[in-house]
Amino acid sequence: MTSSASAPPTGGTTATAAARPREPRLTVAPGPHIADRSLTTQRMMADVLLALLPLVAVAIAQFRQYALFQIAVATSAAVIAEWVFARMRGRPATLWDGSAAVTGLILALSLPATAPWYSGAVGAIVAIGVGKAMFGGLGQNLFNPAMVGRAFAMIAFPAALGATAYVNPTLGLDALSGATPLTALKMSGNVTPVLPLVLGMTNGAIGETSALASILGGLYLCARRTASWEIPAGSIAALLIATGLPALVRGVSGWSPLHDLCAGAFLYGAFFIATDPVTSPLTPNGKWIFGIGYGLLVLMIRRLSGYPEGVMFAVLIMNALVPLINRATIPVPVGGPVPSPK
Amino acid sequence: MNYLATVLMLAIATALINNMVFHFFVGCCPFIGVSRKLDMAFGMGAAVTFVVSIAALLSWTFTYFILAPGAPLTTWLWRLLRPGSTAVVDLSILNYLVYIFVIAWAVQLVEMYVRKFFPALYKAFGVFLPLITTNCVILFTCLEIMKHVGPVPGSVPDPWGLDKALIYALFAGIGFLLAIVIMAGLREELEHCDVPASLRGPGITLVIAGILALAFLGFTGMDSSLARRLVPTAAPAAAPSAASAERPS
Repeated sequence: MTSSASAPPTGGTTATAAARPREPRLTVAPGPHIADRSLTTQRMMADVLLALLPLVAVAIAQFRQYALFQIAVATSAAVIAEWVFARMRGRPATLWDGSAAVTGLILALSLPATAPWYSGAVGAIVAIGVGKAMFGGLGQNLFNPAMVGRAFAMIAFPAALGATAYVNPTLGLDALSGATPLTALKMSGNVTPVLPLVLGMTNGAIGETSALASILGGLYLCARRTASWEIPAGSIAALLIATGLPALVRGVSGWSPLHDLCAGAFLYGAFFIATDPVTSPLTPNGKWIFGIGYGLLVLMIRRLSGYPEGVMFAVLIMNALVPLINRATIPVPVGGPVPSPK
Repeated sequence: MNYLATVLMLAIATALINNMVFHFFVGCCPFIGVSRKLDMAFGMGAAVTFVVSIAALLSWTFTYFILAPGAPLTTWLWRLLRPGSTAVVDLSILNYLVYIFVIAWAVQLVEMYVRKFFPALYKAFGVFLPLITTNCVILFTCLEIMKHVGPVPGSVPDPWGLDKALIYALFAGIGFLLAIVIMAGLREELEHCDVPASLRGPGITLVIAGILALAFLGFTGMDSSLARRLVPTAAPAAAPSAASAERPS
């Protein structure tokens, strides 16, 4: 895509063209011939970084140097890994489009403040190496790289990244040394009030605590069309309907649908992780299915499985289903379906 | 309702949590060999599901009546030959042999059926259809069922009737079908990817299988909590995932 910018200037040929009879020059290229030059990888990644700013701000306000430390470690490890793996494959390193930094930052924001440095670093290296470079680099990965890295780190260092890691009395931040809202619910049935969940005054992964920050950044992404709005809309609708209907029938006591929406990484995942344009479906209908599947899977894993939160698993499972969703939702062109080639 | 909860629990535990491919890593050869095209993968998954159900039906019957320690048919025959003997007759040394025969027979049946009714699919499968005989999903399922068959009360910790054995086998097959169809979809997408030359084919397929195994870990514990929701008194110790959680050596 940078070939047009770096094409050799044609000044040399015009000097000789005066001497020789002018040959007609016909440039033949495959379509599309008109491209929107403003929608570059760089711009999209800059958008994501900008949209992540509120989350980073909340994280730093909340966890201070611990958040800065996680972000610095994971982001720099991701960028270094990107350079190393691109060099190993003999491909130009795509450092300046910021995609590696976005992967690292999304990974960092999904780690708890108390996670040791090596979990973020190993996660970032696996994210770039296994999640991206092995599949051929930017735009070709089948799974969200940050979530591949996080899943790997979570299985490799379960004690450091699991729910128990959140409970750390030696942290020195007394207000935040409690369990995360979802762990508290799962282990002891404690219900956290909604307002701290919205503002982000709870414990958890550093980027997931504030629902408001996620919504702010997410709406910006959707407005800029960097993220497709169908995915967060579908997932939020699915979650609210699936939790709201039983709540209507049985009445709300304690843990309400609003809690489910605001607690944990659901909104962070719906706006920033599931909307990765590479690993989400191409068709509008497919995006709805993807979003609804994500919402229902998160809810299912939260309620039924041994894990308190299911965003990472839900994203990976839905990523795996994307080719099937794409295939099932090919839109019918105007004038009837395309006849099959055979 | 209790029975339904048990069935649901067994189904989820077998198809999702202890998925044959992603948890036990059995059946990897067809999983890698036939997952290149979606329709072929679906055919393979369906064939394996069918064969595994037939094989489970037969192997449970043979194990229960003939092979297991104290099996009624064998004991009756032994008493006929040696009246007055009180020895426990145990033919379980023949288990593997009988299962292989049963599986080969079931595969032959499927092959004849596919050849007659789906000639295109038969051609596409090629050598992989007779190779279902050596598909470890099927032998693994038979051996897993064997662990739960005991005609003498108290001889096995969690005895299964024919119904449970069949449900187990059906959902083992469905789990395999799910895995291979997901993988085929991903591999069709992979055709457009610039995968390093050394990883193309089986290499990247195994990497994807590993990532999927990580993703499927999210279902851990889902069976017992679902059963607890359906039947508040259901003891979590009865979870089949706990019984079959040991990996094959």
